[in-house]
Amino acid sequence: MSHGRGFSVARLWAIVVKEFIQMRRDRVTFAMMIGIPIIQLVLFSYAINSDPRHLSAAVLVADHGPQGRTILSALRNSTYFQFVRQVETEAEAHAALARGEVQFLINIPENFTRELLRGDRPTLLVEADATDPGATGGPLGALPSILNSALQNDAKGPLEYLVSADSPIDLRIHAKYNPEAITQYTIVPGLLGVVLTMTMVMITALAITRERESGTMENLLSMPTRPLEVMIGKILPYILVGYIQMGLILAASHLLFQVPMVGSLWLLMGVTLVFIAASLAVGVTFSTLAQNQRQAMQMTLFFFLPSILLSGFMFPFRGMPPWAQAIGEILPLTHFLRLVRGILLKGNGIEEVIHQLWQIALFGVVVLTIAVFRYRRTLD
Amino acid sequence: MSEELAIDVRGMTKRFGKHTAVDHVDLQVRKGEVCGFLGPNGSGKTTFIRMLCGLLRADEGSGQCLGHDVIKDSETIKRQVGYMTQKFSFWEDLTIEENLDFVARMYSLKNRRATVRQSLERLGLTARKDQLAGQLSGGWKQRLALAACLIHEPLLLLLDEPTAGVDPIARRDFWKEIHQLAGQGLTFLIATHYMDEAERCHRLAFIANSKLLTQGTVAEVIENSHLTTWAVDGPDLLQLAETLQALPGVEQAVPFGSILHISGPDQAALERAIAPFRTSHYRWKQVPSGLEDVFIHLMEKPRETVST
Repeated sequence: MSHGRGFSVARLWAIVVKEFIQMRRDRVTFAMMIGIPIIQLVLFSYAINSDPRHLSAAVLVADHGPQGRTILSALRNSTYFQFVRQVETEAEAHAALARGEVQFLINIPENFTRELLRGDRPTLLVEADATDPGATGGPLGALPSILNSALQNDAKGPLEYLVSADSPIDLRIHAKYNPEAITQYTIVPGLLGVVLTMTMVMITALAITRERESGTMENLLSMPTRPLEVMIGKILPYILVGYIQMGLILAASHLLFQVPMVGSLWLLMGVTLVFIAASLAVGVTFSTLAQNQRQAMQMTLFFFLPSILLSGFMFPFRGMPPWAQAIGEILPLTHFLRLVRGILLKGNGIEEVIHQLWQIALFGVVVLTIAVFRYRRTLD
Repeated sequence: MSEELAIDVRGMTKRFGKHTAVDHVDLQVRKGEVCGFLGPNGSGKTTFIRMLCGLLRADEGSGQCLGHDVIKDSETIKRQVGYMTQKFSFWEDLTIEENLDFVARMYSLKNRRATVRQSLERLGLTARKDQLAGQLSGGWKQRLALAACLIHEPLLLLLDEPTAGVDPIARRDFWKEIHQLAGQGLTFLIATHYMDEAERCHRLAFIANSKLLTQGTVAEVIENSHLTTWAVDGPDLLQLAETLQALPGVEQAVPFGSILHISGPDQAALERAIAPFRTSHYRWKQVPSGLEDVFIHLMEKPRETVST
């Protein structure tokens, strides 16, 4: 009766056993099944911090009185800020902010102490790079209470008259580049990088692996063509696809979300070319490592995951521990996000861009070298 | 003489790590000849062919292919050779015409469109030119592959098991085509498992366990094997086959329909072995050894030398 048409547990079991055998044979899939949960666990639990601390700040101090120092040390003690630079001029300060070297600028103007003691409510200017509101929101929100409690500690004895209902200083916060802290301004340009990473890496990895899997690669190589011709020929169409994706995303972000485009679109296109090339290089390298399309797909995922989590796309980059930032600095998406946000929101020009750009280019060159080396070997 | 040879290579060797896939193989094929390349699976046929067309670099060996140095001039050779892979290796998501057009571009052919049209006509593919290659049946796929291999007018065609999975009618047409082309001066090296195909070749080369065992015409190969074969007809042949197989001097006892072929390399020993069974129950007759008997004999030989 059990060998009939009914549901057979024995047959079901045979299929289960066969799946397990095949799973074990495919080392890459097996590694992915173990690797992806572990990596996700580590990335999510250790690296990601949605309340970032120790954010880099520059200070521009024109007044060296004791109250200025009190304020600075209170900011440092709050652990939100880390003073990495002392700047001398406003121009220098704004350049550092534009390049993304610092997230905040604390400006203590001249006569700050004197005006404070006189009760004139001197201005304390804090400028923030708000291209990523997720990173600046916490510290800026905490700022008034940090300052007040610091000054109240100081305001004892003869200075007690400074304690009043109003804050003794006039705190001015400039959230630059994205004053209304609109998240779309950050996410939408970021998506450009994410979409390009996903499609460029995956499409090339699959396109070349498919050629090998179906045997057409052997046919291709028996014709009078050079490996370089094959590689470039396979990549070029996808560069065009990348630009089409870019056009779609930019148009949509402008029309649907009114994302500002302050900088030069031409510069953005040039920068994107470098990024697309680096992503394609990753795809080509995966295709030389993967034995079949499924493995290529898994490798893509393996690259995509840290790209999305550690690049500053989903979570503030500076909120991550140093080791996670170090990994993030390697990934092209990290630099590309800064570039896109920099060009679109800050209006950065070539000088500000070049620092991030060469890192993407270097990544691409290193990866492509591996690809060419591996490609030669797979011929023989 | 050497000018007449399309393939003239000596000592061709290819190693993959510790495994030697092709071990000092010599091969000579004259222009306009159809040379059958025989050997069991994994004997090194495909590797040898790939070395000839420059897909693999030989570790050792020298010689000429179409008058060019087989090691140094592989790029030149590629342009004059057509290689048909074992597995269908054209683009299944392109149409027949698109596939041919792509190949024509790869060889930078002049008058590309005209060449593609002629190629479609010659192989009777014109009516199907817009069909996707992936939707074709085995026979049509093979026609497409042949058309694509011929499009750049090569002088030498290397075909790796071209008729696997092709029905008998398509196979017959295919071989007719090959002999026509050979008549026009094209040289063929065709790897195959089929004995009937081997018998259609001018010459045969037999490779097993990476080594070339014999080459020559069909008659020469059979002659050189020194194999004696007897055919027997009678009752209970399966039982007889089992009994005879165990006897010294009998190498093979293979049923061919209602008769049994008994063969062995030593005529005297074979006749001694079958003597007790030459009774009135059975009808015995000595027959010329067939190519398949020789094929199996050659395949068994290296195994024996290993075991002794």
